[in-house]
Amino acid sequence: MAHHEEAVVRTPVEYAYERKKRSDQMKMQVVTFALMIFLTLIAFIAVNAGFSPYYVAPIILVFAGIQVVLQLYYFMHMNEPNMGFISFFMWSGIFIAFITVLCFVTIIWWHTAW
Amino acid sequence: MSSIAKKTGFGATVWDYITTVDHKKIGVMYLLAGTFFFVLGGIEALLMRIQLMRPNNDFVSAGFFNELMTMHGTTMIFLAAMPLLFGFMNAVVPLQIGARDVAFPFLNSLGFWLFFFGGVFLNLSWFLGGAPDAGWTSYASLSLYSEGHGIDFYVLGLQISGAGTLISGINFLVTIINMRAPGMTYMRMPLFTWTTFVASALILFAFPPLTIGLALMLFDRMFGANFFDHTMGGNTIIWEHLFWIFGHPEVYILVLPAFGLFSEIFATFSRKRLFGYSSMVFATILIGFLGFMVWAHHMFTVGLGATANAIFAVATMAIAVPTGMKVFNWLLTMWGGSIKVTVPMLYALGFIPSFVAGGVTGVMQAAAPLDYQLHDSYFIVAHFHYVIVGGIVLALFGSAHYYWPLMFNQMLDERLGKVTFWFFFVGFHCTFFVQHFLGLMGMPRRVATYGAEQGLDTFNLISTIGAALMAIGVLMLVINVVKTAIKNEKVGRDPWGDGRTLEWAIPQPVPFYNFRQTPLVRGLDTYWIEKQEGNEEGMTYAEPLGDIHMPNNSILPFIMTIGLFIASFGALYNMDADKPWSIFLLIGGLSILFACMFARSFKDDHGYHVHVEDILAEEERLYGKKGGNN
Repeated sequence: MAHHEEAVVRTPVEYAYERKKRSDQMKMQVVTFALMIFLTLIAFIAVNAGFSPYYVAPIILVFAGIQVVLQLYYFMHMNEPNMGFISFFMWSGIFIAFITVLCFVTIIWWHTAW
Repeated sequence: MSSIAKKTGFGATVWDYITTVDHKKIGVMYLLAGTFFFVLGGIEALLMRIQLMRPNNDFVSAGFFNELMTMHGTTMIFLAAMPLLFGFMNAVVPLQIGARDVAFPFLNSLGFWLFFFGGVFLNLSWFLGGAPDAGWTSYASLSLYSEGHGIDFYVLGLQISGAGTLISGINFLVTIINMRAPGMTYMRMPLFTWTTFVASALILFAFPPLTIGLALMLFDRMFGANFFDHTMGGNTIIWEHLFWIFGHPEVYILVLPAFGLFSEIFATFSRKRLFGYSSMVFATILIGFLGFMVWAHHMFTVGLGATANAIFAVATMAIAVPTGMKVFNWLLTMWGGSIKVTVPMLYALGFIPSFVAGGVTGVMQAAAPLDYQLHDSYFIVAHFHYVIVGGIVLALFGSAHYYWPLMFNQMLDERLGKVTFWFFFVGFHCTFFVQHFLGLMGMPRRVATYGAEQGLDTFNLISTIGAALMAIGVLMLVINVVKTAIKNEKVGRDPWGDGRTLEWAIPQPVPFYNFRQTPLVRGLDTYWIEKQEGNEEGMTYAEPLGDIHMPNNSILPFIMTIGLFIASFGALYNMDADKPWSIFLLIGGLSILFACMFARSFKDDHGYHVHVEDILAEEERLYGKKGGNN
């Protein structure tokens, strides 16, 4: 399986197409990277500006979530075709984990704290 | 020398089964081990029923009764129902999708041995100071204060067998996604494959919460942690949530494959395409999805508050919708079909009213206010036995008859099978129907006895008589198996005459490589299509006859599991101050495990090729000169 290697010969059209696709991908990766740095900056600023933790904590959590999604889609290639099953399972797992955490935070922790 | 030459003899056969990675043999082992634990759990149930036969009985002590009921539940769920279903999944799913084995044959073997030794470990507690006694749910407020090592056996045993289940679940997911034959699109997969797929996804998501819960329990009991101890700032409700986040999907892990098995049986013996195939698939996925959003309906009386109870009540009732879709689809499959009432069909026909009864009482309990009345009464016991016996056990028995010829090339006796069904079916309703009334009359579950003046005697006696009838039914099934094995009459391919799916198109006995050529699937019920078109071979091939790549057998899974088994005893006794040797067991066992993992990781095993001449020789050995498909 991993032991035989195939030599791929591309036509000039295929080559141009691949090149165009790669450069588009590259562009998106750079944009995403800049966006992620920007989100991180906002997070740092929010902490340093001395806003209320009740405001800062949720903001940072939301940004963290966005960064995870950007990372998955643009750097770990989940935006490519044939990722249907993988993203379905990942999102299902995230959803189940989310309601589990939601349950622990709300009906166990808050509920018993009162 | 041929690459597939085999030794014969008893020792060689045992060695072959211990080292095998063949899904068909692993399926048989699951079936054997699952039946063993099923009988064990059944004996525990009978002892409980004898104790409850009359008021103020002293057949067993109250403490022993607690151990019996705990082990009955744990054994039946983890060690009987799941392995038996895995047995059918292993035996059938690769054949249904046109694969030569599962995606990870080594892991398949490892999964089996982990389950088996986890179960043996759990049951050894009977001889080593007492079995677990806090119920199969093992609520932390009770189990943390349980004397002796019972609960430790529960925690470690379930941790091991749970790892096996998780491994098998992932294996089936990958197998079904990656190993389907050409043309076997998702919407052409037989329903049993679909339900196996969804159940495996549920295993993937549901078992980690159990693992975490058990790990926290382990820390609390063995290392003095306080996750569940409210006097130390812990919270005992966390265990209940973790357990039921696993525990409710577990119900669907069990019942969805049972639905799949019945879907196959209904379509085959109604001699009609399954009605509403795509809605069946949709309902299966929807049940799997909703199954994760309803766990707190087991905890209505914990005091979650009205809002939480209302949300979980509504979500629970929503599950009745896709389940109802399935029931109507089965009915409409039979509608206008040319029905043949064989033993599997008899079980399927008995399943519908029994399971619907269990479902209806389930919706009753989903209404939170009513559940305050029903909670912890025999009504609950009646409900879940209607679901599990009426749904899953009937599916297992029916499928045992249905798939017996596929697995063993023999047909179980039909007449004896019908008598078995009636004994079991009547016994089942006799046992559990009256328990609804016992619950409404106020009999709490998990009690070792009751008073003579409470008016519960008659129904309890009826229930015990029913349990005896069920036991007779199980015995008759065992006799049927023995009788069939002695008679040893080969039945050949498609013995029911109405097989629709790919597994029935394979010549019998199934060669170890399953398909000499990978089949091309041309639609839903592909074998039916080929038969309609008069194709004698039963399948269209997607490739010419060529070398087949097969995995090597391995003893490593067995040794790994032995290592884990030994290490578990070390962990168990390590909390006793007077057993300093236990640490050596722990280290020794884990060393064996890690040595095996190291060996597996650093020594590549590429499997071997079965060459064309070997295939032809094997076919001549199995089917004589003329070959298999003629």
